[in-house]
Amino acid sequence: MNQEEKKRVDSADRQARESDDLNQVKHLLRQAMPPVPQEQLNPRTDLWPQLRARIESQLTADQASINPSSSSIRIRVHWFDWALAALAAATLIFFPGIIPSLLYHF
Amino acid sequence: MDLQQRFVAGDLEAFEQLFRDHQRQVYAWIVRIVRDSASAEDLTVETFWRIYRSRSLFRADGNFSAWSHRIATNIALDHLRKSRRETELPDNLLAPLAPDPAISSEMRARIRSAFVNLPPKYRLVATLALIEDAPYEEIAAAAGITVALVKVRVFRATRMLRKQLRSLSVETGAQS
Repeated sequence: MNQEEKKRVDSADRQARESDDLNQVKHLLRQAMPPVPQEQLNPRTDLWPQLRARIESQLTADQASINPSSSSIRIRVHWFDWALAALAAATLIFFPGIIPSLLYHF
Repeated sequence: MDLQQRFVAGDLEAFEQLFRDHQRQVYAWIVRIVRDSASAEDLTVETFWRIYRSRSLFRADGNFSAWSHRIATNIALDHLRKSRRETELPDNLLAPLAPDPAISSEMRARIRSAFVNLPPKYRLVATLALIEDAPYEEIAAAAGITVALVKVRVFRATRMLRKQLRSLSVETGAQS
């Protein structure tokens, strides 16, 4: 048997082994977890009402964001931003001398 | 205007019609992946919700069925990732049609445990290809990968399962 024939036989052997492995694992899996039966491939209830309710609640939320007067929207500001604003205000109150130089730079 | 054009324009009635035309296919695809009817129903609603939200990205002359399968597969895969450790299959899906007497119920439980431990992307293709016998082309299209990659993942999933089953003392040569 020459080198090429040996390679071909090895490759065929490997393929046969892999195919055997696949079939064995497939058999075991289908025994442990059989395919979903045909009669269970339909949802048990009509899912449209659930989906429609979700769409409508989103539409209501969208309208509220377009027309803010129709609902009260609270803007949340991080505590760190409040601290920075307080620091800036305190600096201006206690050191009013820096105001002209700030105005000059702006 | 046809149904898909009206859907893209935001017509809710057109969307309802598309939903009714495709919900069974989408649900059947999802339940085959997640193997739990309650989760499959929630994920079907989530799939159509995402479809509705991203309708502007859909081409009115496109293939709605292929698009919905792609979104459903991504959502089901996310579900497998999130629920990896807590997956328990419902009783009504556990009894094989033709039980092999060489495989005990304890062995079946071990096989299920090994299967749940597969990484989700391998579990997805293994479920569809090995258990549900779905064509590789269909799996590839739905998962957004090539057929060659599906084959590679099936091969790797098989190898991982064999290894895990051996460590759980399950003889893989038990085929009758």
